[in-house]
Amino acid sequence: MAFVAYADRDEVHGHDPDTFITKYIWSQDHKVIAIQYGGVAIFVGLTALVLSVMMRLQLAFPDTFNFITPNDYYQFVTMHGMIMVIYLLTALFLGGFGNYLIPLMCGARDMVFPYMNMLSFWAYLVSVIILLASFFVPGGPTGAGWTLYPPQTILPGTPGNELGILMMLLSLAVFIVAFTMGGLNYVTTILQARCRGMTLMRMPLSIWGIFTATVLGLLAFPALLVASIMMIFDLLLGTSFFMPAVLSMGQASDTMGGSPILFQHLFWFFGHPEVYIVALPAFGIVSDLLSVHARKNIFGYRMMVWAIVGIGALSFVVWAHHMYVSGMNPYFGFFFATTTLIIAIPTAIKVYNWVLTLWQANIRMTVPMLFSIGFIFTFTHGGLTGLFLGNVTVDLPLSDTYFVIGHFHMVMGVSPVLVLFGALYHWMPKMTGKMFNVTLGKIHFWLTFLCTYAIYLPMHYLGILGIPRRYYAYGGADFIPASAQSMNVGITYAAIILAFVQLIFLYNVFWTLFKGKPAGGNPWEATTLEWQTPDTPPKHGNWGAKLPEVYRWAYDYSVPGAKLDYIPQNEPHHGHDSIESDSDDAVDEAKE
Amino acid sequence: MSMWTLVIALVCALIVWAVLVRYLMAQPWLPAGDPGNLADITAVDEPAKKVGLYFFLCAISSLFALFITAYVMRMDPNHGADWFSIPKPGILWINTLLLVYSSISMQHAKTVSTLNGQKNLKRALMTGGVFAILFIAGQLWAWEVLHGSVYFHLSNPALGFFYLMTGIHAVHLIGGLYVWARVTAKVFNNAQPETVNLSIELCTTYWHYLLLVWLVLFGLLLLT
Repeated sequence: MAFVAYADRDEVHGHDPDTFITKYIWSQDHKVIAIQYGGVAIFVGLTALVLSVMMRLQLAFPDTFNFITPNDYYQFVTMHGMIMVIYLLTALFLGGFGNYLIPLMCGARDMVFPYMNMLSFWAYLVSVIILLASFFVPGGPTGAGWTLYPPQTILPGTPGNELGILMMLLSLAVFIVAFTMGGLNYVTTILQARCRGMTLMRMPLSIWGIFTATVLGLLAFPALLVASIMMIFDLLLGTSFFMPAVLSMGQASDTMGGSPILFQHLFWFFGHPEVYIVALPAFGIVSDLLSVHARKNIFGYRMMVWAIVGIGALSFVVWAHHMYVSGMNPYFGFFFATTTLIIAIPTAIKVYNWVLTLWQANIRMTVPMLFSIGFIFTFTHGGLTGLFLGNVTVDLPLSDTYFVIGHFHMVMGVSPVLVLFGALYHWMPKMTGKMFNVTLGKIHFWLTFLCTYAIYLPMHYLGILGIPRRYYAYGGADFIPASAQSMNVGITYAAIILAFVQLIFLYNVFWTLFKGKPAGGNPWEATTLEWQTPDTPPKHGNWGAKLPEVYRWAYDYSVPGAKLDYIPQNEPHHGHDSIESDSDDAVDEAKE
Repeated sequence: MSMWTLVIALVCALIVWAVLVRYLMAQPWLPAGDPGNLADITAVDEPAKKVGLYFFLCAISSLFALFITAYVMRMDPNHGADWFSIPKPGILWINTLLLVYSSISMQHAKTVSTLNGQKNLKRALMTGGVFAILFIAGQLWAWEVLHGSVYFHLSNPALGFFYLMTGIHAVHLIGGLYVWARVTAKVFNNAQPETVNLSIELCTTYWHYLLLVWLVLFGLLLLT
């Protein structure tokens, strides 16, 4: 049987849901799976948010909250980090937005492997359950820090060194299986199931970001899997992959020459691409948000695509900049410092292009636009401090201080989260069919943005003062001035406000569902295909009887001579017209 | 080692770039008229399952490449002088022959599946699968041989890696056998050729790939 391209197939579409269970629970529809992914990710993210508030309470008022023991503190730190990076950001960007946007933006009826897509979500849920269950096992969750460095991770003295770490490693392994199933779907759908006319270079940048991030994930997550499996062997069987000869609690271990540095290499070979697994979808999505709400084509589309691909490739050769303090050959350090600085070039190109997209644009200060502009600020801040830390000599004194906390929260914590909020507000009308409460959205943005700066900007200052990170309490160290403690208290107040402000967002989601006014099919007057569906929210199969056909790129905004200030991707060119002839018509009209 | 890795990475990057450049030079903002034929545009005129499998093989390649890298790094005496090479059980040679024959049978199954009448398809598929199962049994035997020997010290990383890498390889083969079992059951129920041929082809690709991985792993184990 000859192969028929997806775009040329008729309406027949399998796995039609006919019962409540197949429609909402064991669903194979990409939109339902996206919302399932999103719901679980936001829930687990809120858990991690609560953990961060507990950490801040301890840091600001060290002798007040007796229920937070040192062990608890380290467990909160570890779980907060791992949840935020993997179970929230990765899952929400790729499992959530990847699932929702890929078929809709590419003009497909669904993912190419819907059954595997469903399995991906349920495996993700299992990984989250295993992770959260570790709070309830003897010894509690692991408190080894999110990097899980051996040997301390599995030695007595570290909280959760037996069951806690085992459950963390198992949870990660299950997550990686879930991601692989989802990831194979995303890349194959993007390559195979695009509608007619949707060339690679007509794809919106969101899809480029998600596509590249998924490829990174497919190649980088195996490193974490390798490290996890080897550590499980060390933990359960007594092998000596990572465990060196150590004296622990007065006892010499059976292990002799295991290499903790080997673990670090494996971990960061995953860990650094992971930063871009989170950042690239954010880059793509924010490009689309800026373009839509500025009513202007994205500046330098082709360069933006190249930058995404270039950043993705470079992200595999910078990992050891996380290990400068572990000690390495100076030439090795030089190599990684150089590659780290090189990656700033495509990243800077993107920042310039975002700013130039806004230049002389017809900016609509919508809620998604506010979050997008906020992202440009936080990302530039976090990116610039990254240039400091990319240099070996600057990194060494700053590495174990709050400067690093400020840097990475700015660049890969807050920035992607701002994009996530922008994206949630942007696509909420499509997902629910209703418009959210704009006033609440704006309040949510401003308080989030300001609290973010109130939290992370002072941390850079604390870092330069030399305040060490990972400490439960500082005692009376002479080098820490009293003002630093006052600043800690201020940061904590901001963190508490920030946490409560997120309730506004949750309230807004429910307000939208129950009280929101109908948004219409294309409230933002956007060009991309997901806004051109016959139904809002899109029904199963997305496009009704006929798949869309694409005639133009995703950024035809404010085209001279056009009737409206946007031309959807599926609107044909009329006759032999072109932008030039449209422009000529406009000039003629102006003369008349 | 790292130098070669860098060169290989550079060559791969150049190949990817050469493939992509045809698309990445497009100027999408210029009007292009009618939508072209998607198959011409994407150049991925293949069933989705095939493309999915290729990406899956890329992910597994990353997994095994990282295991091998970890193996070589852990051998480095600078990381620890506790590496004691272990004798490799002789049965591994027989296992290798079993896997080679399994792969040949799968290739035969693929070839006959496209012919009229599909003569000998059932026999070829069964041979491919059964020999793969025998391979796994042989690997378990090798585990048992080592377990009973004087070399069985888990703190020796050479031994740990032996179990780890053969185990991970076997797990992947068992995953393949699950798909093989489904396809074979369909063939024995006299399913139409067009409903099974793609699966047979993909199973064969996967078998060849795992044979290649095993040959690399076996070579590494023999050399060290």
